[in-house]
Amino acid sequence: MFPANFGYAAPRSVDEALQLLSKHGEEAKLLAGGHSLIPAMKLRLSSPRTLIDLGAVPGLRGVRLDGNTLAIGALTVHADVGSSDLVRKHLPGLAEAASVIGDVQVRNRGTIGGSVAHADPAADFPVILTALNATFVLQSTGGSRTVTADKFFVDYFTTAMEPNEILTEIIVPLPPAGTGTAYAKLAHPASGYVVVSAGAMITRQPSGSCTAARITIGGLGSGPVRAVASETELQGKALNAQNIAAAAAKAAEETDPDGDIYAGADYKRHMATVLARRAIEAAVKRAVT
Amino acid sequence: MTTEHISNGLIGASIRRVEDPLLITGKGCYVDDINLPGMLHLVVLRSLYPHAKIISIDTSAAKAIKGVVTVVTGAELPEHLNINAQVMFPGQKIPPHPVLARGAVHAPGTPVAAVVAESRAIAQDACNAIEVEYQALPSVQNAEDALKPGAPLAREELDNNICYTAVKKGGDVDKAFAQAEHIVRMHIVSPRQVALAIEPRGIAANPDPMGKSLTVWLSTQGPHRVRADLAGTLGMPENKIRLIAPDVGGGFGSKGPLYREDVLTCYFALKLRRPIKWIATRSDDFVTTIQGRDQAMTSELALKKDGTMLGLKVRVVANLGGYLQSSTAGPPQRMMAMAPGCYQIKDCHVEVVGVFTNTVPTGPYRGAGRPESVLNIERLIDKAAKDLGIDRLEIRRKNFIRPEQFPYKTGVGMEYDSGDYFKSLDKAMKLSNYQDLMRQRDERRARGEIVGVGVSTFVEPSGGAGFESGTVRIERSGDITVITGSSSHGQGHETVWAQIAAEMMKAPMDHVTVLHGDTYISQQGTGTFGSRSAVVGGGALATAAQRVIDKSKRIAAHLVEAAPEDMVQADGGFAVAGVPEKKVSWRQIAAAAYSGKIPQGMEIGLQETCFFDPRREAWGYGAHVCLVSIDRETGAPTIEKLVLVDDCGVLINPMIVEGQIHGGVAQGLGEALREQMIYAEDGQVLTGTLMNYAVMRAGDMPPLTLGETVTPNPFHPLGVKGVGEAGTNGAPPAVANAVMDALAPLGIDHIDMPYTAPKLWEAIRQAQSDRA
Amino acid sequence: MTAEPENTAIPIKVTVNGVKHEAVVEPRTLLVYFLREQLALTGTHVGCDTSQCGACTIHLNGRAVKSCTILAVQANGKEITTIEGLARGDAFHPVQEGFREKHGLQCGYCTPGMIMTAAHLLETNPDPSEEEIKHALEGNLCRCTGYVNIVESVKWAAQKMGGKNVSR
Repeated sequence: MFPANFGYAAPRSVDEALQLLSKHGEEAKLLAGGHSLIPAMKLRLSSPRTLIDLGAVPGLRGVRLDGNTLAIGALTVHADVGSSDLVRKHLPGLAEAASVIGDVQVRNRGTIGGSVAHADPAADFPVILTALNATFVLQSTGGSRTVTADKFFVDYFTTAMEPNEILTEIIVPLPPAGTGTAYAKLAHPASGYVVVSAGAMITRQPSGSCTAARITIGGLGSGPVRAVASETELQGKALNAQNIAAAAAKAAEETDPDGDIYAGADYKRHMATVLARRAIEAAVKRAVT
Repeated sequence: MTTEHISNGLIGASIRRVEDPLLITGKGCYVDDINLPGMLHLVVLRSLYPHAKIISIDTSAAKAIKGVVTVVTGAELPEHLNINAQVMFPGQKIPPHPVLARGAVHAPGTPVAAVVAESRAIAQDACNAIEVEYQALPSVQNAEDALKPGAPLAREELDNNICYTAVKKGGDVDKAFAQAEHIVRMHIVSPRQVALAIEPRGIAANPDPMGKSLTVWLSTQGPHRVRADLAGTLGMPENKIRLIAPDVGGGFGSKGPLYREDVLTCYFALKLRRPIKWIATRSDDFVTTIQGRDQAMTSELALKKDGTMLGLKVRVVANLGGYLQSSTAGPPQRMMAMAPGCYQIKDCHVEVVGVFTNTVPTGPYRGAGRPESVLNIERLIDKAAKDLGIDRLEIRRKNFIRPEQFPYKTGVGMEYDSGDYFKSLDKAMKLSNYQDLMRQRDERRARGEIVGVGVSTFVEPSGGAGFESGTVRIERSGDITVITGSSSHGQGHETVWAQIAAEMMKAPMDHVTVLHGDTYISQQGTGTFGSRSAVVGGGALATAAQRVIDKSKRIAAHLVEAAPEDMVQADGGFAVAGVPEKKVSWRQIAAAAYSGKIPQGMEIGLQETCFFDPRREAWGYGAHVCLVSIDRETGAPTIEKLVLVDDCGVLINPMIVEGQIHGGVAQGLGEALREQMIYAEDGQVLTGTLMNYAVMRAGDMPPLTLGETVTPNPFHPLGVKGVGEAGTNGAPPAVANAVMDALAPLGIDHIDMPYTAPKLWEAIRQAQSDRA
Repeated sequence: MTAEPENTAIPIKVTVNGVKHEAVVEPRTLLVYFLREQLALTGTHVGCDTSQCGACTIHLNGRAVKSCTILAVQANGKEITTIEGLARGDAFHPVQEGFREKHGLQCGYCTPGMIMTAAHLLETNPDPSEEEIKHALEGNLCRCTGYVNIVESVKWAAQKMGGKNVSR
């Protein structure tokens, strides 16, 4: 399994990378950790003419506290997201998602930006980042703009990114006091990818009732789906087992997943409710006021 | 035959492996590690269609790529380049199996063109540049469907999809069924499996400058057998091919036969007079390497009300795939031969229908018919117990072949050598704390959990397929060289053979060197498969060693002027009985043997070769117990306990035996829980990569409890029986019976493996809605 | 700046097992083939084409990664350790020793990758639980051993590296 030939460039700055990107246009692909792109190139499902390797671009790695947000460099590898003290402290749900992607070697090499930009419907980060209401920083030669997760994931392997844009950073707002985050996943036994997963960010009042809930489901469609019915159901309710279960039971509403050889559509929808419940429960436990 | 050796404790000792230092430091040598100057690379273009006519192939663009040496289609190859299968059953049909498709393809993955280029990457580029126009033909994937009237013909050359029909029978099965007080009927399908040796197949071939002879490195389980087939296909004298099995990265049955790419590589090497290598990608491996199981078994078991088994009828529909490999007919035959399992069922009728489909050819995969057969009879007996309200242990014990009945001739004409199935089952009960397990099950059920306990008892025939060879040579230095015709692909031959030789010769193990896997070094051999190496290869070695010992004793006696019968083996050689200081070392004996200081009339030299054929199989056996729970919410099964009691006769290296059991169990659990090769209705391969074909990973393995009983094989010089397939035979039915026991309270009778969470959840949901 | 035209060979500098190498590679060359074919370090194996099996695991700047899913050009300027670089002379790395002591290998094909993953685990977590070991090995497939003795091998190595007495 050998990729087709391509030209290669290793820019030393985002600006250089952007120039290359505008020069080579749609025939070029950006290479981050390569853990989505290289497998596709090996199977010749993807044969870009030019690869622009972001590996040598400084400043795109690491997690930093920026005001009331965490800013995560697009080239931060999954393992570093998962083990970051900042992430673990403020966004345990994100750490959880990072630590169940692929396997150790994949987590040591795959990047959060690469995963997000690839927008695989079976990926983990899109699901949790949507629950966390993350924002994506996109740079182009014309400047930079931000897109929220709700608007970022457009379709199967399709994002709101323009071909001349580079994803440089992921901004995740620090949840308000009394908020917990969690991620629950049913992994495919072969690939380790998401069969179904759920992300949750729940804010709980000292009284015990829910003031805010963002719940997302992965695996049921072309990308992460907000479980709006579940969120609405939970709003203002006491966060007890019964209410959580009632909300989770609506997690697959208005979804129409395809069955596959591993799991049928009914199973996926059912697991969405199970995983939503588990994610909500875990988030609530972490929502210490 | 008895061996006259004094134990130095090597047989039966868990000796660390001789093979390991190279393998743990990355210094092993697998086929892909062979790199020769000027080496070319072969890549094959494969059909994605399961069944199609080839209308045209345009190779011009491929040929124009720099670095491409040749691009060839089936029409351009000599017509004798075919894979030849043997007739194993009367009337068996053998449709053409050309190394490159000629006019049509009959399975996904069929090679349609071959590219030889300066690098693998260039060859791949060229493959992608070949244009093939196909005309799709109707295809069939399921063997039972292929027998239905009007089914598409998998091989359009034939009138129907039946390759052969074979029957094994004994007694009077009709009479038995006429007397039956209860008949159990079941339909069980064993899921198609992929052997998935972690090293994909591969071959390197280097011709001599005249193109008259060939050195071949092949990832194979049987260098001599495959060399004979290769020579036959190439039309070359067998002894002009030196076939080397270097380090082989697993095989599990799949690396037995000769494959199309092997022939292509050698053909091009001879034609181009250049060394050539072909290495399968994992994707290649998924659609070209023989797959296992895929037998549909329809059975009837006749019993008396008290559980006594009277008769057994089985009809097996075996999916053979689109082409026959040399070993394709093996597993169904094996299935037939052990249909009655450990039980006294004299009246049997077992029929196999081998069926062509448009799928990857099947063949031996660890167990090779044994797991299918054990699954069948063990599910049947559990169902009988349930139907008749008899305890599952009691019904087994009632029908077990009793220890005093051995050697025992079964209802399908096989003779089992020895065994004590009661002892093995008792031990499994004890190790699993069975009564307590059942109590736990009942308590947990009362709390609403889905929990089950399963038992399987089984036989494991080993050591078939004819002879194996062994040579023992004492070198001039007194060092011992052992040459086996068997060849290892991970079983530790170099260690085990050295243990046997060192113990028998009373020599230190590091004085023994074991050579194997090279047809220019070893005498003719058969290979490693079917749990046969320790039995047949070990038997050959033990016999050859004994002959050397017998001769050496006479030389030693001659040297100290004693009578041979007064000589006894002593550390490092021989001594006069009762006079330990009157000693002759192996070095002294060897010096005498090669210099002619030997008794008159004796032949010079000190080397003996034995071609050993036990002419009967060794029947190992065992009892496995499984506790499984199923998560009601997700359907996910968890094996909480798995107890494995195996009897493989005398253990030579218990560490290696345990390793074999672990590995077999892991593959068996894969079959039971997750592994299945799936073809879509239109014939496309749906599980053609490790992204969708799920094998067991470290975290998936349940805790294993191993136990053993030892019934020495009375017909073997070392008392051994095979063990390589024990885990794949016994574990899946234990799991199946446990899962079905767990689901029995829901009214579920039978589900076929693999027991994935979605499948179990769906079954539970269905059962609950049926009851509601 | 312009990308090199297709297939232009790229010069790279890498340090492999402590030895500095300057080489020229096609951009499409996967790191595993660079190691195997250009540097003749054939201990790193290829067992699949979808980044699942882990037979190609090496250490890149101290981390276990799959060298089949990295381009050689991406390793430019980096440090690599392969299975050949793990032992110190004739002295096996404790993980290597553990695999031998505990029969953690049969055919040996997955073994280099297993050992490299396990060695990385013990560098980051010197005293792992059985569950942690199994979790760490999820990216490495073995078809021979059923993993039972691989886990035992890693435990043995952990004990040895922790200076504890180890038993056979």
